[in-house]
Amino acid sequence: MRRVVVTGLGMITPLGDGVKTSWSNILAGKSGAGLISRFDPADSVAKVVCEVPLGDGSNGTFNADHYIEPKDRRRVDDFIVYGIAAAQQAVEDAGWTAPEGEEAERSGVMIGSGIGGLPGIEEASVLMHERGPRRVSPHFIPGRLINLVSGQVSIRYGLKGPNHAVVTACSTGAHAIGDAARMIMLDDADVMVAGGAEAAICPVGVAGFAQAKALSTRYNDSPEKASRPWDEGRDGFVMGEGAGIVVLEELEHAKKRGAKIYAEIVGYGMSGDAYHVTAPAPGGDGAFRAMRAALKRAGMAPSDIDYINAHGTSTPLGDEIELGAVRRLFGDAVKTLSMSSTKSSIGHLLGAAGAVEAIFSILAINDQVAPPTLNLENPSESCLGMDLVPLAPKERSIKAVLSNSFGFGGTNASLIIKAFNG
Amino acid sequence: MSDTAERVKKIVVEHLGVEEAKVTENASFIDDLGADSLDTVELVMAFEEEFGVEIPDDAAEKIQTVKDAIDFIDANS
Repeated sequence: MRRVVVTGLGMITPLGDGVKTSWSNILAGKSGAGLISRFDPADSVAKVVCEVPLGDGSNGTFNADHYIEPKDRRRVDDFIVYGIAAAQQAVEDAGWTAPEGEEAERSGVMIGSGIGGLPGIEEASVLMHERGPRRVSPHFIPGRLINLVSGQVSIRYGLKGPNHAVVTACSTGAHAIGDAARMIMLDDADVMVAGGAEAAICPVGVAGFAQAKALSTRYNDSPEKASRPWDEGRDGFVMGEGAGIVVLEELEHAKKRGAKIYAEIVGYGMSGDAYHVTAPAPGGDGAFRAMRAALKRAGMAPSDIDYINAHGTSTPLGDEIELGAVRRLFGDAVKTLSMSSTKSSIGHLLGAAGAVEAIFSILAINDQVAPPTLNLENPSESCLGMDLVPLAPKERSIKAVLSNSFGFGGTNASLIIKAFNG
Repeated sequence: MSDTAERVKKIVVEHLGVEEAKVTENASFIDDLGADSLDTVELVMAFEEEFGVEIPDDAAEKIQTVKDAIDFIDANS
């Protein structure tokens, strides 16, 4: 099987525009959480979210004008804007110029989203109700469809290979990277721009998750405390938004053009719970099998994993179940690995989460540091004997990372990323 | 320039993101100003909104230049 390496990184997160800004804020223990500003949250039970800081581009704020013409921005939902921006960063970071001829046909895109253009769907529905169908924009559909991040990026860079998009709720980002890597392994493409994007913080989006009792509601007076994976006081996840995109490349292709190689994608495992639309299977059976499959694909033993970037959303049930599945699969190896949840810093980016977290996993390898689990002040009893990197980052040897993502519908994905050793 | 012409040109500049100087009366939305089929629908919607007119689909298809738009609006508003 052909080998796949990561040669470009891009992200927009609640901790800022760009990989460096987001990562340095994570390591500094900063939280991206605050009260909802996108709409009046007076009627909302859940008032804490992690929004991308918008601004003129200074101090790490996100200025869409740096990535997209204002007239084009108006036509698309924000998840597409974030996706285009993160893709631009990743492509520039890879030092990869727009391919031509046969090379263009060997370059593709695989950028998904969990929810897609919900804010725009909500607005158009209200508009249509009030003023009728002739007021609906001709850009309504192409500005909301999930695969239109892939479509836009394909058009921008002239990528004529696979043009695909994943939709697996909160495991979208991980599935996108795993599936794109497989396309390269199976010789369908040499380069894939892959990842996830999400921007669903709108009245109906927040209300929907809140009614499913998935969101934190206890910390409306102290937003930065709301996302607290594995802590006794956790009460649900905090909605986030943003995008994470990587450039994946066949190893020899990367070497030939002298690309900087961040890491290698060595394992990918998938499973289904076949249990419930929102609740994880008891005992973490699905999570267990996804991780086991990734290890098998990588040809690695549990003791080869140094750090786990957990799904760890800060829900009472989900955190416990993932922890149990890790314990069961890793056995004695749990004593030596570190596991943390970067959702404690940036909230849950839903369809972008797995991609952003894969990038944090790569940076953990490159910088030899495990990012912290913020707010883990009173670990629940089941955490005993495990290093969940509470409150502050931890410098340690990290050669291989496993990153977990699980989604509504009982879908699970695990990626294993390894330091590149030639 | 008539009031209609000025308002039409302003809408075209805003929606297509083109320089004002390019928006001459004879300019074609598609051939000269870079509009695609979706843009032309959006432009017609913007004209309807601005001038409080209804532009039926068969009339909209005939509005291909800035002048076509001005003439239709002057004749129907």
